[in-house]
Amino acid sequence: MLSIKNLHASVEDKEILKGINLQINAGEVHAIMGPNGSGKSTLSSIIAGNENYEVSEGTLLFDGEDISELAPEERAHKGVFLSFQYPVEIPGVSVTNFIKTAINEKRKANGQEEMPANEMLKMIREKSELLEMDRKFLSRSLNEGFSGGEKKRNEIFQMAMLEPKIAILDETDSGLDIDALRIVANGVNKLKNENNAVLVITHYQRLLDYIIPDFVHVLMDGKIVKSGGKELAYELEEKGYDWIKNELV
Amino acid sequence: MDLKEKLVSSFMAFEEQIDVHSTLHDTRTAAIKNFENKGFPTKKEEAWKYTSLNSILKNDYSVFPKNENSIEFADVKKYFLHEIDTYKVIFVDGKFSSFLSSTTHDGLDVCLMSSALTKPKYKMVIDEYFNNIANKEESLTSLNTAFANEGAYVHIPKSKVVEKPIEIIYFSTGVEAALMLQPRNLVVVGENAHVQIIERHQSLNENPVLTNSVTEIFAQKRAIVDYYKIQNDMQSANLVDNTYISQKQESRVSVHTFSFGGNITRNNLNFYHFGERIDSTLKGITILGDKQHVDHFTLVNHATPNCESHQNYKTILADSSTGVFNGKIFVEKEAQKTDAFQQNNNILIGDKGTINAKPQLEIFADDVKCSHGCTIGQLDESAMFYMQQRGIPKKEAKALLMYAFSNEVIESIKIPELKQRITKIIATKLGVNLGFDL
Repeated sequence: MLSIKNLHASVEDKEILKGINLQINAGEVHAIMGPNGSGKSTLSSIIAGNENYEVSEGTLLFDGEDISELAPEERAHKGVFLSFQYPVEIPGVSVTNFIKTAINEKRKANGQEEMPANEMLKMIREKSELLEMDRKFLSRSLNEGFSGGEKKRNEIFQMAMLEPKIAILDETDSGLDIDALRIVANGVNKLKNENNAVLVITHYQRLLDYIIPDFVHVLMDGKIVKSGGKELAYELEEKGYDWIKNELV
Repeated sequence: MDLKEKLVSSFMAFEEQIDVHSTLHDTRTAAIKNFENKGFPTKKEEAWKYTSLNSILKNDYSVFPKNENSIEFADVKKYFLHEIDTYKVIFVDGKFSSFLSSTTHDGLDVCLMSSALTKPKYKMVIDEYFNNIANKEESLTSLNTAFANEGAYVHIPKSKVVEKPIEIIYFSTGVEAALMLQPRNLVVVGENAHVQIIERHQSLNENPVLTNSVTEIFAQKRAIVDYYKIQNDMQSANLVDNTYISQKQESRVSVHTFSFGGNITRNNLNFYHFGERIDSTLKGITILGDKQHVDHFTLVNHATPNCESHQNYKTILADSSTGVFNGKIFVEKEAQKTDAFQQNNNILIGDKGTINAKPQLEIFADDVKCSHGCTIGQLDESAMFYMQQRGIPKKEAKALLMYAFSNEVIESIKIPELKQRITKIIATKLGVNLGFDL
């Protein structure tokens, strides 16, 4: 589904990614772990199409198509979703209106009619219940005055509504207490099926207790230096990143 | 003959034409003299540093309204708040349109300045209030005073809560090749009374119009006045709005100015305090494109203790448009415990727009809370990326961000239908249909 080969990227002439190779297939859950500054968030931004980063080398294929020149919204319409570490506040636009706009823009781009209002409402109800969101929450301005946990829950709610092919969760566990973490992870697990994929980007192993990865990759200094199964996450938790650094030397 | 000479030499003919009582004759004469001495303001004056009227003074304006030109309600319906019942004082090319208006004398007066100036029963009010708070030194205000004859007259008696908003609209039809209008409004709101007023100036075709408007508002003790100005005029229309507000103790007056269109617009908004625990609110949303120019020139004169003022102006400039915000807060020595707040946020879209922002605080009291903040920025790129990531295209994402930026001011509109109308104008202005009413 997502195929990244020899990806190099820089921001303001500083090279951050130095040759990433990553293959994610439908039905898989991947985790990328790594110390601060290793390039984890850069990778997620580049997959989603953030124009602040420049791809200097390598390929980025989604369902076999080169998406590296597409605008962020075009990638979104094809099924790429990024759950933000710091979701943006939009005063005056309610959660409901925002997601309605997002869904209908996606449908429009894919040549579909707008979603009928009753269908939309039914879906909003179902998905908000899945994430244990209060009805009142939906009429509040998007992310305005939301707690850290509410923001992340709202991200996963939007993911549930948009039904992406690949969901990238960028540090979704940061700022979450254990209950919120459980709700968010539970939401992700329920949405997971054989036709979609999840890429979890995290600093800690904690979230991976709830969203069990098939593959774990370690990103250090712009490169994937080690890959393995879920047990790699535990090893990292126990031994820290220095262990890998030493192993590399 | 230039416009100034034309106006000065027309003055005598104008006075002969109207039937006014003698006290006003002296007021008018003094006013035309002041205008004759000072003339139109130029960029040499500090207060007009960023706004030049030169380009619009060259037109050969017709300076007297002639006959009432009729327009069909259906053609102008969209300019009214037609979803709800309102009082209406409507003018077409400077003449009162009884056909479009809905005035009243039933428990309150919502009618014409021309009647108020001539009928004996209004004499006491006119003597007390007319030209009382307007600045007699200011040249354009004087020009308006000299020619003041028509406009809206609103008198709300003590303790009257006016249920329906009052709409004051000045249409120009373009029958004249170029038209100069000098509307004069007087609003007197009695103790504990409450009123909501919407004012609008609207050209219906592309012939040039220059409107030099003066509005005096008097809020007595504990009165509440909510005043909304909608400026979404044609590219050929120019407006100098001079508004003077006199507030007595514990009164609350708010003025919202929505500037979305017009060629050159200058808003002189002045608040004067006469009593304690007064609350003044000045808010504005300005969204401009092309070569439009809007200048907000505000003054809040804190002369008495324990009063508050709140200013919040949001400006979005695209293309080669220019915006000016000059906000002066004056705190006199006696005005202890003043709480004065001023905020002015500006967004420039593209690289050709200009904003001149100038907060001016002059504080002579020592126990006050005054704060001001001014920002000039561009649209937040991370917010753009966030919305695009959710599939919202750039143009719509921009519109949502600009809406969010002005939201603080939109939220304080107290008439729901007006709030809806303003958001609709904003969406149109931003060229988007978001599939829901913002």
